[in-house]
Amino acid sequence: MTDEVILQVKDLKTYFTVDEGVVKAVDGVSFDLHKGETLGIVGESGCGKSVTNLSIINMIPSPPGKIVGGKVLFHDKDLLAMSPSEIRHIRGNKISMIFQDPMTSLNPFLKVSTQMVETIVLHQGLSKAAAKEKAIEMLKLAGIPAPEKRIDQYPHQFSGGMRQRVMIAMSLSCNPEILIADEPTSALDVTIQAQILELIQELTTRLGTAVILITHSLGVVAGTCDTLCVMYAGRVVERGITDEVFAEPKHPYTQGLIHSVPRLDRDNTDRLFSIQGQPPNVIDLPDCCPFYPRCEKAMDICKKKYPKIAHFDQGRAVSCWLYSGGKDE
Amino acid sequence: MARYFIRRVLSLIPTLFVIVTLSFFLIRLAPGGPFAREKAVPEIILQNLLKRYHMDEPLWNQYVRYLGDVVRWDFGPSFRYRDLTVNEMIDSGLPISMLLGVTSLVMAVVSGVAVGIVSALKQNKWPDYVAVSLAVIGISVPLFVLGPILQLFVGLRWKILPMGQWISTHGWKAIILPALTLSFPYFAYIARLSRASILEVLRSDYIRTARAKGLKESVVVWKHVLKGALLPVVTYLGPAFSGIVVGSVVVETVFLIPGIGRPFVQSAINRDYTLIMGEVVVYSVILVVANLLVDIIYGFLDPRISYK
Ligand SMILES: Nc1ncnc2c1ncn2[C@@H]1O[C@H](COP(=O)(O)OP(=O)(O)O)[C@@H](O)[C@H]1O
Ligand SMILES: [Mg+2]
Repeated sequence: MTDEVILQVKDLKTYFTVDEGVVKAVDGVSFDLHKGETLGIVGESGCGKSVTNLSIINMIPSPPGKIVGGKVLFHDKDLLAMSPSEIRHIRGNKISMIFQDPMTSLNPFLKVSTQMVETIVLHQGLSKAAAKEKAIEMLKLAGIPAPEKRIDQYPHQFSGGMRQRVMIAMSLSCNPEILIADEPTSALDVTIQAQILELIQELTTRLGTAVILITHSLGVVAGTCDTLCVMYAGRVVERGITDEVFAEPKHPYTQGLIHSVPRLDRDNTDRLFSIQGQPPNVIDLPDCCPFYPRCEKAMDICKKKYPKIAHFDQGRAVSCWLYSGGKDE
Repeated sequence: MARYFIRRVLSLIPTLFVIVTLSFFLIRLAPGGPFAREKAVPEIILQNLLKRYHMDEPLWNQYVRYLGDVVRWDFGPSFRYRDLTVNEMIDSGLPISMLLGVTSLVMAVVSGVAVGIVSALKQNKWPDYVAVSLAVIGISVPLFVLGPILQLFVGLRWKILPMGQWISTHGWKAIILPALTLSFPYFAYIARLSRASILEVLRSDYIRTARAKGLKESVVVWKHVLKGALLPVVTYLGPAFSGIVVGSVVVETVFLIPGIGRPFVQSAINRDYTLIMGEVVVYSVILVVANLLVDIIYGFLDPRISYK
């Protein structure tokens, strides 16, 4: 991780218009990503993690979705203002994605070679033969045995873990600057999860790729991410360096999340801590702190206004009225 | 693959056997018979007729004899058209019915898929609304209504195309109206089917992957969407072909086409046992072979299926 910022998400807002009203899936998310950094985005299911990342490469299905505000600066160029052909040049080339379910993320009707070669030919301008060489090399790096043979097979001939390896190989084949991995292990067997995470870490470190790792597991973040954003109901409620956030979580929601992780190094006689209540429905949310109904430290002001962001050292930022003592933005 | 093919072909034999057996006895169960007339035939002539067609023998013997004949593809003489054998009637009518059926099927598939694609890609815009309305009409208007309407306007009023009869009389123009009529409901269904299936594939995870790779939308559609999306259409070809074969009985009657459809209807009314059976066998063979072909084509298109 260096000081060079390659991606700046600024006050991103993505709303969905559905029959029941407006879903503010992402409502003012900001963060920076540095060259070579691994950033974790955590939060409960439905808090807007996937929408944030699809917004970054401007792939929100529209209708019903629309990016209604904010900027995504990639090397100071706003991805959201790019023409369709410009952004296509970024997708899969400079910024690539891996998705949650490897069983459905590869096209079942095309050979793995076809799917990998088309990306490499498109972005690197190699001949088909050279692209296939490159694809085989990537599969080898991704730990697929006998890649020369397996590349000519169809996705259904691979197991779930192997398919995710293919996805990783494919997404890194054009040497992107950023890899966005959206819950890359959630659909896999527990035994394979660690291997896949390790593979992502190893390859991206070797290639110098920055990673945005989306997960709902704090355990995954602790083991892999340099920095972390905690999302709640479409907003980032706390961000900072992973070790510091774990050592001293500031937002009550982060505190709750960290306390609800089962730990082997503590004595487990107590019941596992859990945050009470349900995540809010993000349809037509009022302008209050969406966490206050579940918050043990809720105050009057929390019900009236969304808290300002309080900034601390080393990029730590928290959106909570408890820290009005922090520097105001 | 070869073994699968042989096994499937062999399995057609019991299927056809069951069809022949059931039809044979069901037809005999129906009241009346080939020689029943308003005006009674003199007893002595009736006896001679029954003897000539072996109908004086026990039913079981007739059945066994018939099976033997069918295996040799000999359907016997027609009861009604005295100077024709059933084989002669089928030989002259079948090519005509097949030409009509295959033309209609090709028209239905080509236009149905084309309209389905346009309609899915322009979802909720005017081309989509036009296509969806057309599909609703196609599915709800029966052939015996659509046929006469086309005859009335295109044939009689505007005199653009012949109202009926076949290529031998009017040249190739004669095939257009009947094929249009026969294909329309299948065009409509295929358009709806391919539209729905393309829309579903467009929302699938692997299409999101394809877009996230930076592929152009045209490449996404032609290379990634269509193959998977059109598989349901291939599956539907079997039933569609059966439907078209059955529908051609109606259309041949409406348009006075000398295929095997009209004699089939007549034979049922006349209790022309040999002709009914001959037609049933021919239609059954066409249908089971068509379904077999569809299964085999499907296997080539979907890599997830392997035949053993
Ligand atoms: N296509 C869509 N149409 C309507 N609402 C959507 C759509 N995609 C996402 N949402 C809504 O956006 C919110 C955030 O979704 P998402 O980012 O997928 O959550 P997660 O954090 O689990 O990845 C959810 O409330 C979801 O219902
Ligand atoms: Mg998600």
